[in-house]
Amino acid sequence: MTSSLTRSIDQKQQTFLSSILASQTFWVFIAVILASVALSFATDSFATSKNLYNITRNVTFTAIIALGMTLVIITGGIDLSVGSVLCLCSMVLAVVMHAGYSIEIGIAASILTALVVGAFNGFLIAYIGLPPFVVTLGMLSVARSLAMVASGNTVVFEFGPDHDTLLALGGGAWFFGIANPVMYTIVLALLTGFVLRWTRFGRHVFAIGGNESAATLTGVPVKMIKVAVYMISALSAGIAGIVQTGWLGAVTTNIGAGMELQVIAAAVIGGANLAGGGGTALGAIIGAMLIEVIRNSLGLLGINAFWQGTFIGGAILFAVLFDRLANYRRNV
Amino acid sequence: MAVLELKHISKHFGAIEAVKDVSFSLGAGEVIGLMGDNGAGKSTLVKMMAGNFRPSSGSILMDGKEIVMHRPVEAREHGIEIVHQDLALCDNLTAAANVFLGRELRLGVWPFRILDYPSMYRRAGEIFAELKSETRPRDLVKKMSGGQRQAVAIARTRLSNAKIVLMDEPTAAISVRQVAEVLNLIRRLRDQGITVVLISHRMPDLFAVADRVIVMRRGSKVADKEIAKSSPEEVTGLITGAIETV
Ligand SMILES: Nc1ncnc2c1ncn2[C@@H]1O[C@H](COP(=O)(O)OP(=O)(O)OP(=O)(O)O)[C@@H](O)[C@H]1O
Ligand SMILES: [Mg+2]
Repeated sequence: MTSSLTRSIDQKQQTFLSSILASQTFWVFIAVILASVALSFATDSFATSKNLYNITRNVTFTAIIALGMTLVIITGGIDLSVGSVLCLCSMVLAVVMHAGYSIEIGIAASILTALVVGAFNGFLIAYIGLPPFVVTLGMLSVARSLAMVASGNTVVFEFGPDHDTLLALGGGAWFFGIANPVMYTIVLALLTGFVLRWTRFGRHVFAIGGNESAATLTGVPVKMIKVAVYMISALSAGIAGIVQTGWLGAVTTNIGAGMELQVIAAAVIGGANLAGGGGTALGAIIGAMLIEVIRNSLGLLGINAFWQGTFIGGAILFAVLFDRLANYRRNV
Repeated sequence: MAVLELKHISKHFGAIEAVKDVSFSLGAGEVIGLMGDNGAGKSTLVKMMAGNFRPSSGSILMDGKEIVMHRPVEAREHGIEIVHQDLALCDNLTAAANVFLGRELRLGVWPFRILDYPSMYRRAGEIFAELKSETRPRDLVKKMSGGQRQAVAIARTRLSNAKIVLMDEPTAAISVRQVAEVLNLIRRLRDQGITVVLISHRMPDLFAVADRVIVMRRGSKVADKEIAKSSPEEVTGLITGAIETV
């Protein structure tokens, strides 16, 4: 009796290996590896340290925001405003530092801006009940326009007394020669993964995406958690904006334009389910890697940049199709 | 003394009056059958007792003292557990995660508290064994049969030492053998002095376990009598309105 109870408690539906083979993230990762190997042979310029350096940097900006986006998508929502929020937060940082304030004040102002924007989105979605698509589409327009107002639509490239610190924050490599943006991405990915798997908050994020009314009935604080995920999404855009500002050394009001699509694509390619209820931090990172490898390879292979959208769009469709096929096979 | 007493409870959703001026009291160890046609207001009534809805008017008394519940957590603190009509399960989570939804077990001290997976799997496994269900704690609810899903929803009521268990159609969509299991569970609960409110459209279930039957029609209570003094014919008449009231 007790042994049969133990067996029932320990029994898993899938072995470790079969669950890996059924995971979309794993196959996307294989695709990234294969593409990288093929490109190393096909071109002289892919496997150069300069190109790899560029790739990893570019991946990080998409990846950091994709982490926040993944939380939103798991709850069954979407955040279209991230590209504009990145721009607004970069601009707030730039303008505050340009005015002679320290980097600490600049970053604090930038992060505060992100949290306010996220809370505003979340409030309208959770408490007023407006659709996430509409609210964040509105914010996409508002945030970029505010960035233009804040800067007078100019380029900011002088960041006051802490100018060099800011550039080092984004462009330096403080730990074992690993580029700072990569370091931040790794830390944030570990944090996101931990929160999703090991905290009550993470559990509730999944519950809301799985069945929102069930979550409400069982006493999950659905509204508060929804506000929190939109704040986290905006925060991730703000962090990416701060890092990107340090890396580029200049901010224009064009920064982050169209980025929302790339970020959503990364999350979805990495296995986040747009219908809600599924997604991982690792998936977001690997999805971002695949997108960057596609972008980079088109350039190196001399394919017209106009094709980029077709390839990334194709990857999204393929990922969604993969998910459908995998589910179909499991259900038969 | 009554464990729980409802006094002049009403609930309206906009212009819809779902529950109208309902009063009754529940004794310890009593099994009450709550019957009524679709839309009679049964689910709305038990949801108010489970902290899901606030009554529009009226009061709820526990052991003679008025209680006001804003959230399901507060009802559970008062020892009220519920099995919801649509089971309220998240398909993407495991059986154990669903059982503990909203009251996950955790390890460590704030703010470093992490989910205690081993304890939740173990406790859920024990409850499923007690319910004689084949459900395994780590299985995803998505892949479960109707009976297993029902077991997950019922398992939630066994997490604490409940005083009152509300069951909103717990025997819908399960096999004869499992219906018998649920009825047995209700009897065991009663023997432990737990009050059970059973909502069911199945007359045989009602007459098998209930001590008392309350009938609702279009939001109002139309009957409240001992089951021994009633009959399936009378209850049917009360539900349909062929018998006005008793
Ligand atoms: N959240 C809600 N918002 C608006 N109206 C509601 C809500 N919940 C229930 N109602 C309405 O209240 C009335 C009573 O519904 P309720 O679910 O309590 O009936 P019921 O007796 O449980 O029926 P059934 O046997 O079909 O489960 C119905 O007219 C229903 O449409
Ligand atoms: Mg009902």
